[in-house]
Amino acid sequence: MSGNGYLFAAYTVTWIIHIVYLGTIVSRYSRLQREIEALKKK
Amino acid sequence: MKRAFPILGVLTALLLSYALCMALMPVVHIFWGFTVGTVVHIWGFNVGAPTEQTMGDVQRIFYYHVPSAWTAFILFFINFGASVFYLIKRKPAADIVALVSAEVGVVFCTIVLVTGPIWARPVWGIWWTWDMRLTSTLVLWLIYVSYLFLRRFSSSGQTPTLAAALAVLGALCVPFVYFSIWFFRTQHPQPVMGGGGSIDPRMLHVLLINWLAFSCFALLVCWSRYRLEKLQRDVDQAHALESLLDPRGSAR
Repeated sequence: MSGNGYLFAAYTVTWIIHIVYLGTIVSRYSRLQREIEALKKK
Repeated sequence: MKRAFPILGVLTALLLSYALCMALMPVVHIFWGFTVGTVVHIWGFNVGAPTEQTMGDVQRIFYYHVPSAWTAFILFFINFGASVFYLIKRKPAADIVALVSAEVGVVFCTIVLVTGPIWARPVWGIWWTWDMRLTSTLVLWLIYVSYLFLRRFSSSGQTPTLAAALAVLGALCVPFVYFSIWFFRTQHPQPVMGGGGSIDPRMLHVLLINWLAFSCFALLVCWSRYRLEKLQRDVDQAHALESLLDPRGSAR
């Protein structure tokens, strides 16, 4: 791999880690919203 | 407070785009520059970070690696402060701040541990070496991962107190990681600020802008995560109350 290949690998991995983490926050939030809706219905 | 959230979001987006432009501009030009044009190329070389003479463009990993490490250290110190405050005052808000800062800190520390070997391979010829800086950073990461595991899988009422005690011990590792390159002979380069290191002022400028952008991003994520955790605890409390009022219904 060339120097630029390593550079783009590092940048890609960084943003994948951030996006995956943000994705977990969004999924936890939507699960919580469903729980709140279920609680409101009771 | 609610109005500040979108303002911080816009500021973070602007800072991140500007910081990335400054860090990557000449390389971006190499790959996609024909669409951006020569003006950006000239601007990139004059305003953005210059290419390092020995390592070439791969050195630009520095603009992610170092700000991520600094941001992780700040978050671990926030975790330390919030944990000490929780141990003294027993405020649930301090416990939430501790949890959130540790979680986001682990994300940034993971980036440091991943980008480090990717940078080391072309420069040192190896992915990893068990020297003091690298090993102590891995140990720091493991301490905070164990902290998060404790928070996630223990349902005891004493969990926040135990986690706060672990966080206080974990925070002691942070100065050790930072100063390890001063006190031990390591493969890792000397610090760029203080400790006798020197850096081109344009590189330093880009580094600091990147750090500011990463810090704003971390603050934004922490804020979102804090609100989510608070909401989660409210919902858990509502579930507990519901099962108290209707024990047969919750048993079904």
